Amino acid sequence: MPLVPAITDLEQLKSHPAVACLLGWNAAAVQGVKFDRDEMTIYVDRANIREACAILKDDSECAFNFLSDVTCVDWYPAEPRFEVVYHLLSIPKKERVRLKVRLNSASPAVESLTSVWPGANYFEREVFDLFGIRFTGHPYLRRILMPEDWEGHPLRKDYPVEGYR
Amino acid sequence: MAHLNPTPVLEPGQDRTMILNMGPQHPSTHGVLRVLLEIDGETVVRLMPDIGFLHTGIEKTCEAKFYQQVVPLTDRIDYLCPMTNNLCYVLAVEKLLGLEIPPKAQWLRVLLNELTRINSHLVWLGTHAMDIGALTVFLYCFREREEVLRMFEMVSGQRMMTSYFRVGGIALEPPLGFFDRVRDFAGYFPERIDQYENLLTGNPIWMMRTKGVARMTAEDAIALGATGPTLRGSGVDIDLRRDMPYSSYEKFQFKVPVSQEGDVFARYMCRVQELRESTAIVRQALDGMPEGPIKADAPGVVLPDREKMKTQMESLIYHFKIITEGFAVPPGEVYQAVESPRGEMGYYIVSDGTAKPYRVHMRSACFANLQTLPKMCEGRLLADVVAAIGSIDIVLGEIDR
Repeated sequence: MPLVPAITDLEQLKSHPAVACLLGWNAAAVQGVKFDRDEMTIYVDRANIREACAILKDDSECAFNFLSDVTCVDWYPAEPRFEVVYHLLSIPKKERVRLKVRLNSASPAVESLTSVWPGANYFEREVFDLFGIRFTGHPYLRRILMPEDWEGHPLRKDYPVEGYR
Repeated sequence: MAHLNPTPVLEPGQDRTMILNMGPQHPSTHGVLRVLLEIDGETVVRLMPDIGFLHTGIEKTCEAKFYQQVVPLTDRIDYLCPMTNNLCYVLAVEKLLGLEIPPKAQWLRVLLNELTRINSHLVWLGTHAMDIGALTVFLYCFREREEVLRMFEMVSGQRMMTSYFRVGGIALEPPLGFFDRVRDFAGYFPERIDQYENLLTGNPIWMMRTKGVARMTAEDAIALGATGPTLRGSGVDIDLRRDMPYSSYEKFQFKVPVSQEGDVFARYMCRVQELRESTAIVRQALDGMPEGPIKADAPGVVLPDREKMKTQMESLIYHFKIITEGFAVPPGEVYQAVESPRGEMGYYIVSDGTAKPYRVHMRSACFANLQTLPKMCEGRLLADVVAAIGSIDIVLGEIDR
């Protein structure tokens, strides 16, 4: 499929079920939208991410009942530096949506999704381990892939590929 | 003389539990998984998987490579299904580029992916049965697996780390005799599945060790992020090949096996049925294999044929440029998921417009599936932990990346 320019206009995309659902709940929580390469991205305000996920999960129109993935992108040296990325899947509707939260580099923290999906546990631990993002309310926020006494967060862009020597 | 008092004897019922380390070298953990168990006699009170022993930082490595150089890395994530990882990665990059893939390449990808699924499930079945105590099955499974690996060797020159798919198509035409060999295999393989089932499905010992063991409800499986046969064994009917088709899977007819019980036996049945369905897909792919090119018509992305390089100047230039500079990918991000033998394998790739990916994240199925292990085992017998670990079919390379 040839590439078409991304749509970032909220007016054009507000009929999308996930966007409509979030706008109907709290229009201030939606900071931006993007429809690119057949994939829907919604930028959610950092304070509202857990509730937004709970709403999308319980809404019968959306039914995004499955958390596929949590990860993070580091845009160093730009600010806001981190983007925590959530991929939700609706098993009944066979739809995907991507939620993003932007975080500043000074003590990046976001609310944990473990109360909505217990399966967020490992993914958030991985992001904590490799990016140093804190997830408040996480039951067991410890390093998961790197050794306990490791210094630094390897997937940050200011961390050298060869590691610190 | 208070300090000479003997250690006080514990009251009965007090401090009954003990901590037991299983792994990281335990043979049934299929790699280097350490499981921390708190046990009360033979009952598991608490279970905690400890992972990371195989962490090699593949995601970080990807950021330092050109897009085409990442393909061999994807093999090494999950060494039992290299083609599935190749496919998922190249599909994601193709989506970023907006490339159209010729039908023959798509069908070959499907064919090879189903062979990969057979390969992976055979290793799972053999080792899972061996964990539980049925040693013979292992030898039977590896007999057929060897045949699949020989076919991989035919097409790619490698038995395990195939790196056969390329962005924009596949590396080479399959050699002469490959399709005959696959057809031959697809002919006799269902009979071999019957042999495995004869050894296991009706076997009373097998049923005692698997039926009702390590149960998980559909709600728990969804909440914990389980995918693949681990989820379908609990009665959730989702298969990305059918529900969100990629690489022309929509043109194939196949059933998605689902079991309702949610125990080890249910997951076993799902995978064994999948072996049959995969064989059916392989046969359909052979019968309907379209003619045509195996690479997309995208000179700046796809390496030119050797012949053209020797006769056409532009091809040589393109070849030189792709090898030395890579190819730039328009900025954007995609999440591409495929149904790997273990569940939803997803690649999230962010491009900043250069020839190297800005971020590659692999959503590995086992990583999420492993979270279901405490749910399956807590409150049950210690011996069932081995059966439960086998039933979620973990590959530690994929978990730790």
